[in-house]
Amino acid sequence: MTVRRIVMALWSIVLVSAPSLAFQPPAQDEFVPVTDLPAGDQLPAAPFLIAAYVFVWLAVMLYVWTIWRRLNRVEADMRTLEQRQHGARR
Amino acid sequence: MGGQGTTAEGSIDMRKMFVPLLVTVAAMFAAAPVMIGRAPLESTMGLIQKIFYYHVPSWMAMYAAIAVCGVASAMYLFKGRADADDYAVSGAELAVLFGLIGLVTGPLWGRKAWGVWWQWDARLTSALLLELIFVAYLMVRKFGGPGSEKLAAATALFGTATAPFVYKSVDIWRTVHPNTGVVRTLGSSMPDAARPFALSAIAFILLFGVLLTLRVRLARQQHALDELYLAEEDR
Amino acid sequence: MFLRTALLVLRKDFAIEMKSLEVLLTTLFFAVSCVLVFAFAFVKDGRAPEDAAAGILWIAIAFAGTLALGRTFERERYSETLRALLLAPAPRAALYVGKLLGMLALLGVAEGLLVPLVALLFQASAWFSRPLLLLAVLVGGTVGFAAVGTLFAAMLVRARSRDVLLPILLYPITIPVIIGGVRGTAALLASPADEVTATMWIGILFAFDAVFVTLSLWTFEPLMTE
Repeated sequence: MTVRRIVMALWSIVLVSAPSLAFQPPAQDEFVPVTDLPAGDQLPAAPFLIAAYVFVWLAVMLYVWTIWRRLNRVEADMRTLEQRQHGARR
Repeated sequence: MGGQGTTAEGSIDMRKMFVPLLVTVAAMFAAAPVMIGRAPLESTMGLIQKIFYYHVPSWMAMYAAIAVCGVASAMYLFKGRADADDYAVSGAELAVLFGLIGLVTGPLWGRKAWGVWWQWDARLTSALLLELIFVAYLMVRKFGGPGSEKLAAATALFGTATAPFVYKSVDIWRTVHPNTGVVRTLGSSMPDAARPFALSAIAFILLFGVLLTLRVRLARQQHALDELYLAEEDR
Repeated sequence: MFLRTALLVLRKDFAIEMKSLEVLLTTLFFAVSCVLVFAFAFVKDGRAPEDAAAGILWIAIAFAGTLALGRTFERERYSETLRALLLAPAPRAALYVGKLLGMLALLGVAEGLLVPLVALLFQASAWFSRPLLLLAVLVGGTVGFAAVGTLFAAMLVRARSRDVLLPILLYPITIPVIIGGVRGTAALLASPADEVTATMWIGILFAFDAVFVTLSLWTFEPLMTE
């Protein structure tokens, strides 16, 4: 139950931050203290930056998912065992 | 009645501190891209330098994870604290996770900034070695058979103790990485970059805390399950 | 008492080894084969790349050392003498020191063969112009490698997959030793031997040795107890 909330919260982070990513390109035009940065130099960098960002998110999400799965399985096993023990006790 | 109590109790304790923490992390990660986007471009590297905002914090998280694993392993090995072992394995898994993030974002940065994927610079190399040490930790736990928790704890201890030597020797061996000073000089040369960096750093550390709590909870539930199995057999 | 126990363990291992010389001879031959493989891998047009000798020497030491560690402790496991040793009323750390001394002796003999061989095959005779510095680098590196190796080999004796786990654990942790050893010996190969760099690496190696022997002595006891 708690785990589901955690996963929902983390997914909401992804959904909230996704539109924020869209704001990045316009910001560059304003804040460029670099005087002689050629315009063509910026473009090739973007795929790397985005790839890095995507990787961070994927790695964290994947890890959380594996924990979630294992936790669910353990808690399910615990519930079955508890029920069996209750049944036997009575 | 008793069984239901243990699971519910754990959930209630978690809920009190966990959800506010989670909300904070969520807010920070939502704000980060905006702040990073607005931060000024660094003069020599341009756009790609922005990887720095999560490349460096992920190293910070990795070091935090290594510290947790090292201290917990020492407590487990020398004081016999069984619950310390849960923190040790969680710390090791998170060290591998954040290390992997650093090891992927680093070359992506390096490829654009310096033209090569890998250049044997001090930081990346020593990070790779630390990553290997903690992957070895996880392998010992998985494949070492019974009693492997102690062996893994010794590995973690040695790994944590080696870290400064690894770093120093690799550093003397090669130096290409932007020097450590880059974080400190940020304040003076790029004042606007200090705030998004601080935000990202805090966000990563908090993320580390959240994941650590999750993983420790899993370890504890696994122990509880083992106890139940044993109780079942004893009947 | 401590030193006596350590020396007794050393004498025991020495006596056993002297009977058949199994570990010594096979380790030596393995080290030589290693060097030969590297010769074929790196020598081009009859010349090896510069400083190759330093790297090849230390890789051969590392590989042969790992093999020797595995074999020595396998012997203990097979005859179940490890349990007997642990039951003995002797300080556990002394057992570790005894084993370490045995390992150092074995690696010392191996290096006595390897260093001249590598110097011969890879044009590294410059090493012998500074014998004391060379000896210091070798001792510093070998002690560091053997200290960590003996501990890990001992603790893995009862583990599954111990043969492959030993290198997996040992190599990343002893990388500073390898770096120090290689850079130190390579510095001695420079045209006037670079004594400053060599001395620096010797310092780092001995610092590493101090930390790791101490750490191993501390952890040997809790690790060997069930």
